Amino acid sequence: MSTPVPTSSTDRGRPVTELTTRSPYQRTSRARGNFELWSWLFMRGSGVVLLVLVFGHLFVNLMLGEGIKAINFAFVAGKWSSPFWQTWDLVMLWLAELHGVNGVRTIINDYTERDSTRLILKSLLALSAVLTLVLGTLVIFTFDPCIDPASTLSQCKAQ
Amino acid sequence: MWTWVAHRISGVLIFLFLFAHVLDTALVRVSPDAYNSIMHTYKTPIVGLGELGLVAAVIFHAFNGIRLILVDFWSRGTRLQRQMGWAVVALFVILFVPFAIRHLINVFA
Repeated sequence: MSTPVPTSSTDRGRPVTELTTRSPYQRTSRARGNFELWSWLFMRGSGVVLLVLVFGHLFVNLMLGEGIKAINFAFVAGKWSSPFWQTWDLVMLWLAELHGVNGVRTIINDYTERDSTRLILKSLLALSAVLTLVLGTLVIFTFDPCIDPASTLSQCKAQ
Repeated sequence: MWTWVAHRISGVLIFLFLFAHVLDTALVRVSPDAYNSIMHTYKTPIVGLGELGLVAAVIFHAFNGIRLILVDFWSRGTRLQRQMGWAVVALFVILFVPFAIRHLINVFA
């Protein structure tokens, strides 16, 4: 220990070796984990899937046949009697809602200045998301095409 | 800058419509008549024009979103971001014009 370690005193005289091996301060926040990274990645992943789901939804409902003119209870009954469209709409509902909530959350974070405003807006956002997801999911799973007495679907005639 | 602004505005617009759209679709659990009457308003000229705006927002948001993904993940993305912006405009026109013609005929004819 006779020859002193050469030090470059940039940080209150601590030797460089100590600074590089163990930092005296925490550089990464442990509190939030990687939430923002996952949310950023989710926006990109869900965005690509939503492009296919939403374009397909718009094409089938608004371009084919009579478009918007053809949409009524019987149209929905016809679509949701198929597990394919039930699954399509369920996945689209969840991805679109979560993608939208995450986008609006970012916008709230960007423009609100007071903590209380931010809290209120995010609470309303969360409430609307829960309402939309629960209601939408229940509607898809509990839909009954046969409540229409004029239904021409085969499963309704059999009853 | 302007694509960024448009991405936010179109995103919020679509999000608000999604909320309304889940509520109106939920009427299929109430009664066929309740659902059919709300669908009737969707077929009126004013709401029909609103749908045109909504579809425009969806098409722009979708393709500009793909552009953002390419900027983030593609090695040449940042260098070509401006050209990809024009590609978004081109794809928008290619999809939106046929849709607008089809939809306006359905609404007004």
